[in-house]
Amino acid sequence: MSGKTVVRVAGGQGFWGDWLEAPRRQVEGGQVDYLMLDYLAEVTMSILQKQKERDPNMGYARDFVGAMESVLDAVVNKGVKVIANAGGVNPEACAAAVQAMAAKHGAAGKLKIGVITGDNLLPRIDELLANGHELRNMDTGEPLSLVRDRVIAANAYIGSEPIVEALNRGANVVIIGRSTDTALTMAPLRYEFGWAANDWDKLAAGIIAGHIIECGAQCSGGNCLHDWRNIPNLADIGYPIVECSPDGTFVVTKHDNTGGRVSVPTVTEQLVYEMGDPHSYITPDVVADFTSIQLADGGTDRVKVHGIKGSAATDKLKVSIAYRSGYKAVGSLVYSWPDALEKAQMADRILRERLDRLGLTFEQVLSEFVGASATHGPLAGVGAGKDAPEIQYRIGVRDADKAKVERFTREIVPLVLNGPPSVTGFAAGRPKTEEIVAYWPALVDKTVVTTHVEVLS
Amino acid sequence: MKVRLLDIAHARSGDKGDTANVGLIALKPEWYDVLVTYVTEAAAVTHFTGVITGGVQRYELPNLRALNFLLHGALDGGGTLSLKTDAQGKVFSTAMLRMVIDVPDAEAQALALPAYTAAV
Repeated sequence: MSGKTVVRVAGGQGFWGDWLEAPRRQVEGGQVDYLMLDYLAEVTMSILQKQKERDPNMGYARDFVGAMESVLDAVVNKGVKVIANAGGVNPEACAAAVQAMAAKHGAAGKLKIGVITGDNLLPRIDELLANGHELRNMDTGEPLSLVRDRVIAANAYIGSEPIVEALNRGANVVIIGRSTDTALTMAPLRYEFGWAANDWDKLAAGIIAGHIIECGAQCSGGNCLHDWRNIPNLADIGYPIVECSPDGTFVVTKHDNTGGRVSVPTVTEQLVYEMGDPHSYITPDVVADFTSIQLADGGTDRVKVHGIKGSAATDKLKVSIAYRSGYKAVGSLVYSWPDALEKAQMADRILRERLDRLGLTFEQVLSEFVGASATHGPLAGVGAGKDAPEIQYRIGVRDADKAKVERFTREIVPLVLNGPPSVTGFAAGRPKTEEIVAYWPALVDKTVVTTHVEVLS
Repeated sequence: MKVRLLDIAHARSGDKGDTANVGLIALKPEWYDVLVTYVTEAAAVTHFTGVITGGVQRYELPNLRALNFLLHGALDGGGTLSLKTDAQGKVFSTAMLRMVIDVPDAEAQALALPAYTAAV
């Protein structure tokens, strides 16, 4: 236990691809104790797995090395600690790249990097299946054996334990692979305040703090529908910071003199994002109850959060499995006024007739008319897009047979000269055929996953 | 009186597999009960006819003055399988806010709900 009365955890990345400026702004804009960087979405691990197959030194979120470089001074000289799930399927290589970067700046001896492994179950899949772990799809109930030969990544979502251990062993940078996003925030709070492994309410509070800041600026005014026109200065948006007390109550805020907004509505929008059953938000550490969360205005850009209840964790871990699932291609053309929508609809009829004549059928064909009905479908109303200045015609196909999808990609651009008039927007030419890597969520007994913590210095 | 959700609530949506979730949040605390009463699972099923292929589940979060809707079969398979522009259900939020509910005049006036007049 540190004896601190407040611990400040700053969220600096909400996904791999987030604002490169954010980590540096978080450590330079005011005092923070921890910088939390979340890099992983559901299918990110499979992309990283493919990269590692091509080059054994790859397979981690490479943005993280640049992020570390941008905050190196704060880590070395101000004691800010960094916790990131940037390790992907190769946390060791990620750590080595960070060490090499630090060495370049003469700071190699100043980093103690905690590397956490054990989440990667890909090498163990057959062993698990042989031992009766069916890894059934949580959505469909199907056993993994159905797609076993197409699996390319399998990672258990790891909780806070190994991160706490790395911090206990003196790490000032913690690199983990597939941890839960929320554990990256909860673990340092648990470490600082010495919360017990069964202190469910406090652990749940840490998890909810993590949920609020895991998507970066999405809780501090970014992508916020409420009063969106009046949210100040999004160009200079401040990313979120959690100021947590030992009792698990916390304040969500951001640095002074930054844009964006932290208010009850901005935080509420983030709380409901990707929500399932709010009574049981299941994590490896605790089951959090979102119906217990109390929010209160704590002044300008400050929201107080309290009252959070949690209950005992389950004996399972969620496993994120990625498998090859056929091919897809999506192409588009733009039709202009007058009668843009009618022209686009005619193009769709012609294209589908030509696909029929070629004898091409697909597992799925989807046509959309962007500007009329692509996102809201019939809810946009009968006349939607009727007098639009332009309509984008967008068509996609999906199939197990790559050759069929390839053939489809040849059929779109010819419409420019042999279909309806006033068409443009075809500069990219034929669309690309993409291999689909699909997601298979499963559960596995906690007892079969063992994590390892190594602290490099 | 006709009331459009856009005028009394805000929302955010996301995905889990082939399910989109919509968190619907009352713009004023006193309007939360209106959402609870009139934006039922059945109302959501009707609203999303032709948009989703599965059912709807609703959860209440009185503490946040919010309802959470799970819209099943909303994303053409979901995730990387989906061919949709909105494969991750990001704008089901605003699709939900298009819903127009019927609130008895007395109740609507007592709560100062803004009336919705459809554009002709």
